[in-house]
Amino acid sequence: MDLNGKQVVAIGEREGVNGPSLRLLAEAAGAIVKFSVTQCFV
Amino acid sequence: MSLEDSDPMPEPAILATRYVLAHAPDFVRYGSKPTREVEADPALLDQLAASLRPWDEVVSYPPNQVFIGNLTPDDLAATERPWYEHRVTDASADGQFGRIVTQAALYGLMKLSDDFDMLTITDSVAEQARHDLPRFEHRLDRIVGVTPDELTSVMADNDGLPLYFDGEVAGFMRRVHEQDASLDPHVLFENLACKATAVLAVADLLNDGEVTPADIDYLLNTGEEAVGDRYQRGGGSLSKAVGEVVGCVNATGSDIKAFCSAPVHALITAGAMVAAGLYRYVLVLGGGSQAKMGMKFRAHLRNEVPVMEDCLAGMAFLVGPDNGDGMRLRLDLTGKHPIGAGSSTQAVYQALVVDPLERAGLQMTDIDRYAVEMHNPEITEPGGSGDVPRTNYRTLAAMAVMRGEIAREDMDDFTASRGMPGFAPTQGHIPAGVPYLGHAHRAMRAGEVDRAMIVAKGSLFLGRMTQLVDGVSFVIEHAAGPQDSE
Amino acid sequence: MDLDDQANVNRLAEESEGEMIVILGQPDPNSTALFAETVTRGDPTWAGPLAGVPLGLPVYHVLEPEIKESMDPELYQEHVGLMELSADVDEIIKWVKYYREGGE
Repeated sequence: MDLNGKQVVAIGEREGVNGPSLRLLAEAAGAIVKFSVTQCFV
Repeated sequence: MSLEDSDPMPEPAILATRYVLAHAPDFVRYGSKPTREVEADPALLDQLAASLRPWDEVVSYPPNQVFIGNLTPDDLAATERPWYEHRVTDASADGQFGRIVTQAALYGLMKLSDDFDMLTITDSVAEQARHDLPRFEHRLDRIVGVTPDELTSVMADNDGLPLYFDGEVAGFMRRVHEQDASLDPHVLFENLACKATAVLAVADLLNDGEVTPADIDYLLNTGEEAVGDRYQRGGGSLSKAVGEVVGCVNATGSDIKAFCSAPVHALITAGAMVAAGLYRYVLVLGGGSQAKMGMKFRAHLRNEVPVMEDCLAGMAFLVGPDNGDGMRLRLDLTGKHPIGAGSSTQAVYQALVVDPLERAGLQMTDIDRYAVEMHNPEITEPGGSGDVPRTNYRTLAAMAVMRGEIAREDMDDFTASRGMPGFAPTQGHIPAGVPYLGHAHRAMRAGEVDRAMIVAKGSLFLGRMTQLVDGVSFVIEHAAGPQDSE
Repeated sequence: MDLDDQANVNRLAEESEGEMIVILGQPDPNSTALFAETVTRGDPTWAGPLAGVPLGLPVYHVLEPEIKESMDPELYQEHVGLMELSADVDEIIKWVKYYREGGE
C-alpha cells in the first residue's frame, strides 16, 4: 500500500503503538493524518 | 526497633504492606460510566443490579483472595478460568496482608471519616457497620445512624445524592454548596469513599505493630481523587485527612499526583526521605476510585459475566530504615521515563527497566519477578481491553530477546516465571505494580525471591495537557541481601 | 472506544468521502477486534456515536505487511519493532482482516 497522500485516522494504545508514534510513522510515509489518539482503558 | 535514631544514612526499606477491598455493590451505579449510561437508559439499572455479585462470591473470588494475601499469584496462575466460576472454598475475608470488608463497613468508615456531617446513614446500616468492623478502633462512636423517617426528612429538606443498600435508599450525601461543582455531592461522595478505604488500609497497617501511629512522620497519598473547592480543584492532601482519623499526630503529609504511577513515585520519594534522614517513618497510602466502579459494566452485561468492578480498594505501605526484615528500596536502581525519551513502547521500557539495570551492571534476567500493571484480565477482556499484564510481560520478554538475554522461544518461560497473572481491581493507581509488594515480602522472607522490580505507567495524556505518558520503577531486595549479589 | 473519539472518527469519515483509512496500534487480538469492529460495523458496546453506524472504513493494523512495507524501516523498528516481537501478530491480523473484509 502507498500511504503517500492518503487520509489516515490513527488509533493507538499505550501498551502497543501509541497515537503519536502512529502519526509519526504515517506522516513520514506521506500520509495526511487527520486524527490520532491513544486509548487507555484502565 | 533496634536501630539508633542517630543512624546517619539509613538504608530505606518497605517494612509493611496492607491492602483492603470494600465490597460496594450499591456504589457501582454511581461510578462515572454507570451514572451517565443509566441516566440515558434507566432500564440498565435493573440489569446492572441483577449482575452484581453477592458478598460470598466476592470474598471467594480467586483474584480477591490473591489481593489480600490468602492465595499467591502462582496459585492464581494455576487456577482455571473463568475465575468467577472457580471460586475458593471456605475463603476467608481476612488475609495475610489484607482484608475484604462489607458495604456496611464501608458506610461506617465513610461516616467516621466525615468531618462536615455531609453523610447520613440509617440506624440499621450503622449497627451493621459497627458489627462489620472488627479490629478497628478509631472514632467508632461517630458511626451513628438515623431512623428511616428521619432520613426521609433529611432528604426532603436538602438537595443531594441518595445512597443505597441492597437496592433500597439507606443514606444520603447532602449538598454543602449551591454552586460549587467541585463540592458537588457526587464528588464529595467519591472523595469520602476514597478517604474511608485509605483510612482502613492505614489503620490495619498500623495495627500490625511495626510502628505506632505516633511514629509516623509523613504521609504521602497517591489516590486518584481530586479534593478541593472550585478555586483549587485537586488542591489535595487527603494524606493528612487520613492521618488525622487514625491518630498519626506527629505527621503531616501531601499528595503525589501522577495518574496510575503515583504510588511508585511516592514509594521512591518516601525512600529518599528516609535515606536523607528527613523523616524516619513515611507512610504511602491510596484509597479507592469510586469513579471507576462499573466502568466496563456494559461489556460485562453484553458478555453475560458478573459486573466485577464492584469493590473499592485501598492500600498502605510503611517505608522506614531497614530493620533486617523489610524489602530494601534500591534507590540507585530506580527508573524513570524522562520527557526527552520519546514515548514509543521501546523507549519507555528502555528507560524504565533496562537503563537502571545497566547502570548497576545487571541484566533483565537478574530480576526474579517483575510487577507491572496488575489489572485483573477477567475484568478487562470482555470490554476488548485485552490482558494488560500479559501484554506488559510479553513486551518485557521481547525486550530481553532484543538484548540477546534470552532466545525467542524462551519468551513464554520468561513471562511465566518472572511475571504473574493480573489480580488487582481496575482502579488506576491500585494495580500499578504495588499489589505485588505484599507477595514480594512473603516470597523474600521465604527465600523464594531475592530481587523484584516494580514498574508503573501513567496515561498523562488523558488530562489533555500533554501527549506524554509517564513511568517510574524501583527494585526491591530482601533486607538480608540477595544471595548472588555479593 | 472513547465517545469523543468516536464522534471525531464519524465526522472525519463523512468529510473524507470514502478516502480515509484507519490504522490501529493495539497490542492484542482482543482490543484490535474491538476497534476494528467499531470503525466498520459500529460500536459493539452501543455506548457511543458509532452505535449502529456501520462506517465500513478500511481498517488496517500497523503490524500488517502492507502497512509495514509502506513505512520507513528504521522508524518502524524503533516504534513497532518491540510489539512485532511480543504480539500475537497472526491473530491480530486475522481479526483486523475479518472486519475489514466484512467476513462472517
